[in-house]
Amino acid sequence: MTSEHITERVKNQFGDGLVDAFETYGMLTLVIKPEINIEVLKFLKDESDLAFGFLKDECGIHYPFNKDEELGVIYLLHNLRANVQVRVKTFFPSDKPVIRSATSLWAAANWMERETYDFFGIKFEGHPDLRRILNVDDMDYFPMLKQYPLEDGTREDKDDKMFGRG
Amino acid sequence: MTDIKIVKAPEGMEGTGFFATQLDKIVGLARKNSLWPLPFATSCCGIEFMATAASHYDLARFGSERMSFSPRQADVLMVMGTIAKKMAPILRQVYEQMAEPKWVLSMGACACSGGIFDTYSVLQGIDRIIPVDVYIPGCPPRPEQVIEGIMRIQDLAANESGRRRNSPEYKQLLASYGIE
Repeated sequence: MTSEHITERVKNQFGDGLVDAFETYGMLTLVIKPEINIEVLKFLKDESDLAFGFLKDECGIHYPFNKDEELGVIYLLHNLRANVQVRVKTFFPSDKPVIRSATSLWAAANWMERETYDFFGIKFEGHPDLRRILNVDDMDYFPMLKQYPLEDGTREDKDDKMFGRG
Repeated sequence: MTDIKIVKAPEGMEGTGFFATQLDKIVGLARKNSLWPLPFATSCCGIEFMATAASHYDLARFGSERMSFSPRQADVLMVMGTIAKKMAPILRQVYEQMAEPKWVLSMGACACSGGIFDTYSVLQGIDRIIPVDVYIPGCPPRPEQVIEGIMRIQDLAANESGRRRNSPEYKQLLASYGIE
């Protein structure tokens, strides 16, 4: 199973839904439109010649300067029989961070989507139990979004005066 | 030939067949030499503490060989390691479950101030949720420093007034942390 074959199959099935396809360090990356994320994943999972049965990872990403494509969700799929991996990326605007949940395809997506929600505020439609998983429940922001400082705002001992700055 | 040392009796009136001293001093002496630590070890400081408790440094010499893994029987809460914000309510619950008198020893940069983990997920010092008696600096501190910290707790235990836990200052301290 070559990258060209996978790209061809997805392109034939979804046409413009496939935004981009490229290979980095020998691994194929497919960039798809967010509206058809579940259809593409289901296609990659169920087609007998593709058979990406294992959702290895699912995570979010934030590119604040990519207009209308600030937020992304990345799926890492693995065909265990052929030992081939494929990365599926999809980007959408940060003012409407909603995408359909992959829990209908893989139960493993449950916690990974909760984590993605926890850190990026991406809402997964159809997720059975979308709430924070790693951070404290009363946290009122999504810490991996770039507009929030990484450092804890309540720290007092890192006064710039003590380091000869400012 | 043994060289076992026994702690000296406190100052007092002594005569044939009797010895009179202050109750606080006797209680302090007993408490000082049998502090039961509750090791709340979350990371590398905990490893250093294990070295302290093992035979080479032998924390048992100070009467602290009995690690209490139940907060209800512990005297000293030893917080060793990074406390994530999600862990904070649990640490607080452990502290609340301990019976008076109780002391808290904060070991290492993370427990004292958050250390290098100046980030959204880490509590920036355990003194934000519970009162701390002794801080041990270091990343991680050496066992000698841990022993020094235990000895400072011993000083506090030995010299504490029997009424301190009922004093308005102590109640105010707990109230400032919102602990009943």
